Amino acid sequence: MKIIVTNREGDKQIFEGDNSSTLMEIIRDEGVDIEAACGGCCACATCHVYIDDKWINKLKPKDDDEESMLDQAFDVRTNSRLSCQIKLTDDLDGIELEIAPE
Amino acid sequence: MIEKTDVVIIGAGPVGLFAIFELGLLNISCHVIDNLDKPGGQCAELYPEKPIYDIPSRVSISGQQLTDDLLAQAKPFKPVYHFNQQVDTIKKLESNEWLIKTSLKKNIQAKCLVIAAGAGSFVPRKLPIKNFGHLEGKNILYAVRNKSMLEDKKLLIVGGGDSALDWTNELSKNSNVTLMHRRKEFRASPDSVSKMLELEKNKKINFLLGQIENIEDLKNGKIKVLTKNNEETTIFEVDYLLPFFGLKMELGPIANWGLNLNENLISVDTEKFETSVPSIFAIGDINTYPGKLKLILSGFHEAALMAQECFKYCFPDKKNIFRYTTSSKELHKKLNSI
Repeated sequence: MKIIVTNREGDKQIFEGDNSSTLMEIIRDEGVDIEAACGGCCACATCHVYIDDKWINKLKPKDDDEESMLDQAFDVRTNSRLSCQIKLTDDLDGIELEIAPE
Repeated sequence: MIEKTDVVIIGAGPVGLFAIFELGLLNISCHVIDNLDKPGGQCAELYPEKPIYDIPSRVSISGQQLTDDLLAQAKPFKPVYHFNQQVDTIKKLESNEWLIKTSLKKNIQAKCLVIAAGAGSFVPRKLPIKNFGHLEGKNILYAVRNKSMLEDKKLLIVGGGDSALDWTNELSKNSNVTLMHRRKEFRASPDSVSKMLELEKNKKINFLLGQIENIEDLKNGKIKVLTKNNEETTIFEVDYLLPFFGLKMELGPIANWGLNLNENLISVDTEKFETSVPSIFAIGDINTYPGKLKLILSGFHEAALMAQECFKYCFPDKKNIFRYTTSSKELHKKLNSI
């Protein structure tokens, strides 16, 4: 499963994902500059990403917790998500996203 | 005035709190310093209600409950807590002890220093807008230290949590306040929310949906803030911008103490958890060594071994006899269980 990530410098990288991980875990473990301070329990907003418009509707919608934590993020857009809340599944193969500003 | 103790622990998170207990068993007294206003570190600040499942013997425990239990466990050893401040500088004295100065100008002298600072100090999250560093503390305030300077001024407060709403409600008494948030839902306490909505209804404050797009220095003491809601742009000229986007963690002054660091973590040995500087220890999430796992239980183990080594610095002439809390009468007395 491929994940296509554009980092804050604008460079595009392709990572191998698996359907037992969250998007945040793959991005973080590949060494992309993303803080993910709380470790994935939806208690901060430091894994904020923008999901490419082609993919945003394939994701399960945000729950209240995630929407509420996004209040601590900057430049929140309609395609903003917290990557720790996105569980990878086979139908997300090829998902494209961009790391949001710090 | 200089306060004296055996050990200063930096960080009142779970590992710092358990260190009080392990040191206390060896008759070592502690002062604990934390930048937050309460103990518990990330457990209490970031996820007080979330369950933790990997504390040995606790099938499930919330961050707050773990904090409360660790405080109770440390209590017999009468630790002295200093909240709302961080350690700014440390200095080695001729006696080989450390003189520790905090941001609230407290001076504490100790034989050892234990850094249990997790991912660092909690500090306000700053706007990711470049080239406006010179306005921070001037027109852009991440915390309110002096309310009187905001009187009769035009303020733009941004955010939807407790800080943003509490300050909106408070500052609206004497200032012209606009509150901006990305949606008309707030994660602040229901009390603060209803008070704010009441103020808005009575036109005591303005509420605006939107986010900060850019900031311009007007060079006349005021700033221009460009805000955007979907495609609609609104421009504000204000005296002060107060963004409240929660807290983040930073290593802070610890980076300047001459300790060997590895990617913003403090290198330690795995026998004593001592840093590259003798009598300074680092335990919990802030340290690194081969095989390190950032788990609370690893920090507990590190605290126990650290305490053994601290004993040598605190009581160089005494022999440390290893005792179990189950059997030692002396330890029972200390723990007030007899």
